[in-house]
Amino acid sequence: MIQTFSWDHVIFLLRGATWTLSLSIISFLVGGAVALLLAPLRVLGPSPVRASISGYVQIVQATPLLIVVFLAFYGLSFLNIHLPPLFAAGISLSIYSSAFLIEIWRGCIQAIGRPQWEAGDALALSLVQQLRYIILPQAFRIAIPPTVGFMVQVVKNTSVVALIGFVELTRAGQLLNNITFQPFAVFLTVAAIYFCVCFPLSLTSKYLSWRINVAHR
Amino acid sequence: MSPIVELKRISKSYGAVKVFEGISLSVKPGEVVAVIGRSGSGKSTMLRCINGLERIQGGEIHVAGHCIKPETKNLQELRLDVGMVFQSYALFPHLTVRENITLAPRVVKKLRSEEADAVAASVLKSVGLIEKIDAYPDSLSGGQQQRVAIARALAMKPKVMLFDEVTSALDPELTGEVLKVMEELAAAGMTMILVTHEMRFAENIADTTVFMHKGKIWEEGASNELFTNPKTPELRGFIQA
Repeated sequence: MIQTFSWDHVIFLLRGATWTLSLSIISFLVGGAVALLLAPLRVLGPSPVRASISGYVQIVQATPLLIVVFLAFYGLSFLNIHLPPLFAAGISLSIYSSAFLIEIWRGCIQAIGRPQWEAGDALALSLVQQLRYIILPQAFRIAIPPTVGFMVQVVKNTSVVALIGFVELTRAGQLLNNITFQPFAVFLTVAAIYFCVCFPLSLTSKYLSWRINVAHR
Repeated sequence: MSPIVELKRISKSYGAVKVFEGISLSVKPGEVVAVIGRSGSGKSTMLRCINGLERIQGGEIHVAGHCIKPETKNLQELRLDVGMVFQSYALFPHLTVRENITLAPRVVKKLRSEEADAVAASVLKSVGLIEKIDAYPDSLSGGQQQRVAIARALAMKPKVMLFDEVTSALDPELTGEVLKVMEELAAAGMTMILVTHEMRFAENIADTTVFMHKGKIWEEGASNELFTNPKTPELRGFIQA
């Protein structure tokens, strides 16, 4: 039976959107935690460590996110590891985020010039203290715009997990389209919801960059 | 008086490229030593070896009871006793003047923040910038930034101060204020080694001047003697240039 697109359907989409948001937050927190540990090691670690991290980043970046998702969901089930879709989706998106965030943050750390390290050395600070008090706070400021830009990508890319049957915003839209046959109404609403999530993120980035620059005068 | 800084036949190279070899230098407590020479003569590199920013490949360095050899890894104790000021100031741009100065006393020397603040106030007074204590570095002029950098190094109560071309990045009208601070520091008895292009400062303030040329100490002596009566044609040419 064909239904007409209605307010109830919007509620259904919004419920899907909460999953999109949750997935984005999970992958950002888990991926971010991994990257926060690995990005400094990627810059300062002993060379085998640097090479391994770089290898990980290259492999993940060169693999389509969808393939990572399929590997986590279908691939692991072959090995008799059956992950629920939320888990498979969360893990794959975290892997994906970690690889890109390592690379973004590596660049931000390397953007802090050698004189800053040397000043820390000359003041007898240890390597960890230099990172903690001198390098990372400065790297953090320049990291805000590209990091938020990447978060916007993550929010939109969560849509690939629709393909393993996880009902997030895009999948919810697909389901609704199948029962209403009103693709424009449905998918424009979906697009509008994505916009409502992503646009404030970009605004926050601008605001944070602005505030940091003001505070610092 | 036994030397507080002593370089014993130190050598430095980057791969196959030798910067200098077999350099020896001895500095007494309270002595002010100016190191002059053309760019590429190895003078900044030599200075940077003294607090281990550059690793030496041979010889050894003794500073205030600490010793650096080519294989020395732990430099923290030595660096506590050696302050350094850089050409590029290298202030921490995300920290206020107060935070720049108190960072190392707090996290390295574990001073309480009131103690560290008191130290900051006293060193800032000595460089004449107490009113800038809450400013951020980028609101200061180059000369003021460099004076803060000197104050930051002094806050660690070093026994020796190294100055690496500290006025080279400054506009000519700003060099005076920095040199004045250094002069006061010299008068107060600080042991100072400075790489500089300020010939008049070297001549008037430094007890000893060292002329480096082609990776060697070419000529060395009491400043007034060395400048008025250079023995080598290279130094004569350098001073007249």
